[in-house]
Amino acid sequence: MTHEIICAGFGGQGVMLIGQLLAYGGMIEGKAVTWFPAYGPEMRGGTANCSVVISDQPVGSPIVSEPDGIIAMNRPSLEKFKLAVKPGGVIVYNSSMIEAVPEIPGLKIFPVPTNEIANELGNDKVANMVALGAYLGLTKIVDLSSIEEALKQVLPPHRHKLIPLNSAALQKGLELVEKS
Amino acid sequence: MERVMMKGNEALAEGAIRAGCRFFFGYPITPQNEIPEYMARRMPEVNGVFLQAESEVSAINMIYGAGGAGARALTSSSSPGISLKQEGISYIAGAQVPCVVVNVARGGPGLGGLNPSQSDYFQATKGGGHGDYRLIVYAPGTGQEMVDLIGIAFDKAEQYRNPVMILSDAIMGQMMEPVILPEMQEIPADKAWATTGKKGRSKPNVINSLGIIGEDLEKINIELQAKYARIEAEEVRYEADGVDDADLIVVAYGTSSRVVRSAIALLREEGKKVGLFRPITLWPFPKQVLQELANKGKKFLVVEMSAGQLVEDVILAVNDRSKVEFFGKLNGTIPTVREVYEEIASLLRKGGAK
Amino acid sequence: MKKVFGYPHALSEKRTHYCPGCTHGIIHRLVAEAIDELGVEEKTIGVAPVGCAVLAYEYFNVDFQEAAHGRAPAVATGIKRVHPGAVVFAYQGDGDLASIGAAEIIHAAARGEKIAVIFVNNAVYGMTGGQMAPTTLPGQKTTTSPYGRDTATVGYPIRVCELLATLDGPSYLARVSVHDPQHIIKAGQAIRKAFEMQISGQGFALVEVLSSCPTNWGMTPVNALQWVKDKMIPYYPLGVFRSPEEVTSHDA
Repeated sequence: MTHEIICAGFGGQGVMLIGQLLAYGGMIEGKAVTWFPAYGPEMRGGTANCSVVISDQPVGSPIVSEPDGIIAMNRPSLEKFKLAVKPGGVIVYNSSMIEAVPEIPGLKIFPVPTNEIANELGNDKVANMVALGAYLGLTKIVDLSSIEEALKQVLPPHRHKLIPLNSAALQKGLELVEKS
Repeated sequence: MERVMMKGNEALAEGAIRAGCRFFFGYPITPQNEIPEYMARRMPEVNGVFLQAESEVSAINMIYGAGGAGARALTSSSSPGISLKQEGISYIAGAQVPCVVVNVARGGPGLGGLNPSQSDYFQATKGGGHGDYRLIVYAPGTGQEMVDLIGIAFDKAEQYRNPVMILSDAIMGQMMEPVILPEMQEIPADKAWATTGKKGRSKPNVINSLGIIGEDLEKINIELQAKYARIEAEEVRYEADGVDDADLIVVAYGTSSRVVRSAIALLREEGKKVGLFRPITLWPFPKQVLQELANKGKKFLVVEMSAGQLVEDVILAVNDRSKVEFFGKLNGTIPTVREVYEEIASLLRKGGAK
Repeated sequence: MKKVFGYPHALSEKRTHYCPGCTHGIIHRLVAEAIDELGVEEKTIGVAPVGCAVLAYEYFNVDFQEAAHGRAPAVATGIKRVHPGAVVFAYQGDGDLASIGAAEIIHAAARGEKIAVIFVNNAVYGMTGGQMAPTTLPGQKTTTSPYGRDTATVGYPIRVCELLATLDGPSYLARVSVHDPQHIIKAGQAIRKAFEMQISGQGFALVEVLSSCPTNWGMTPVNALQWVKDKMIPYYPLGVFRSPEEVTSHDA
């Protein structure tokens, strides 16, 4: 089993973080994992994406060009990667910023109003976690509890007080899939 | 043992510290900046020295001083900066001072770009500076090897009193992968040959690459060549994965070997007999093993992110016993798994290499 | 019979390769005397330059590293950081220090690197055969300024002590000369002071020694010493450009 993911969005939307959480979560579950970042040339506000590979074999290329799934937090990211997704793959997109996406044969396309849900939780910054929760629900690639464990490793100690909020956002995303 | 996720550059830096390196001298250049930044944070915690030098030229000469004084010293840079260090590397090789130099390679020539590249292979393995000298060159292919090879690099540098290079690239440096870190070592700077002040000795120690008197220089070079021959006999490292039954062996190192590994996995699922040969030491080059594989009738494909540098060593090793095909990506682009897959599949359709 | 004159212990008894009348020998002796007087021979590490003093490691009875052209301050930095208790000095000429090694000396000084630098200024590239140096005087003839140094096309000499004195890093900067016995005594005192800086844990010290090169200047040794006095000292005034006392008051 090898699962390849691209997380993409504007700089500042936290796409690098959710990619890292997936990789850490995979590692916690004993898998071989890689995380690889790609930034635009801008220091601030540009596009950003990361490639994550989770496998039960040693990982070859850490750069994903034919993902099993993508998380697209804005329209340019969706446009850039949607046609690269493998048949049978998954697209989670941020429907707070992207209008409805027409069907693509062979793919599961799932809209998540990440910003609205995050705002309901009282913090717009956890929109990325809502998207990640939905991705976990759709793919079951990593257990939610592993991502929660990963949060402790990825977030610096002074941000650990935000872990319950992040968990709640992950849960909301997951529930969205379960209810659908 | 606990696995921790680390960026390749940081894994290498922590690996160096665990291997007893307490002196880092460097200069900022992308994409290796995580190494000096990590060292700047970490060295004070282990009573080590991080010093940002005024130039690459100074940094390599600080390493020469620190290595000559008996310490485990490290510098890192990326391609244009490594070009600047060549003067110092030649002096260090000539004076037989142990040290480790890391090249997180980017594209060139000139200012080039920030993308990963393997176009510094010639510079690393054939001597980028003046004179008949050799570096031991390690090419890590995983995060774990970033940690393990830097430790081995310091051991070998001291064993042979020779500079060692780690040839990495922007992908190996930026990628995060789980690693297991070794125990912390403390290595005292008290080598018998080092400039420590001559207390306890009747004769001064001199670290020197000058051979101006009589036939000194020839003697120095004979001694160096004898050492290089020992290194060639003892220090070859490589990984051979699925080569025994293979019709085609793909030769690649570092980042491109990872892409090749993914492509081979797809082909093996289809029952194709393809193997991976990955040199871990680029010098000494595993030419003997490749020659033996060629003698068994294996065909070769070399995949690298350059116009063709590693391929020359493979051709020399195979020495006309078998054909060697080449698939290269020029600076700034990385071969995709699909491209490599197609290349191999098309060679197999043609009955292996031509 | 009582020995009244001999080699300083820190100087090896090897015959030097320096030309007749060259003052490198005197400067070597002054450095060795300072090492003897301070009793630091067993913890002194020298760094030799490229240039006439390239073989300095043959002449001193202390540990030595040979540096590439201009890089002695960087090499000395590496050594000193490994052995902070050692007395580390670099011995450099004018082409080495003020031209190809300009970056290294400025930054070692700016860092207040705790090393001593003996800077021998003889206004010419000696070992390569008398080419124009960064300290060659205006109008001075050399093999690469055969019509005399033309400041309109190749610019002006560099006054190293004055340049480094603009920095906060150095603890001691002095220019001395060895053209007569009286000045040799003063030069010896300055060199000793530069070494003392390290023993007391203070920062960067540089002593610039105006030196003669009869061979490349095309003069007799005596005339060359006179030329130091008449031509060089007016352009490169002797004196202390930074003293440790100033540094103390500066920090306060």
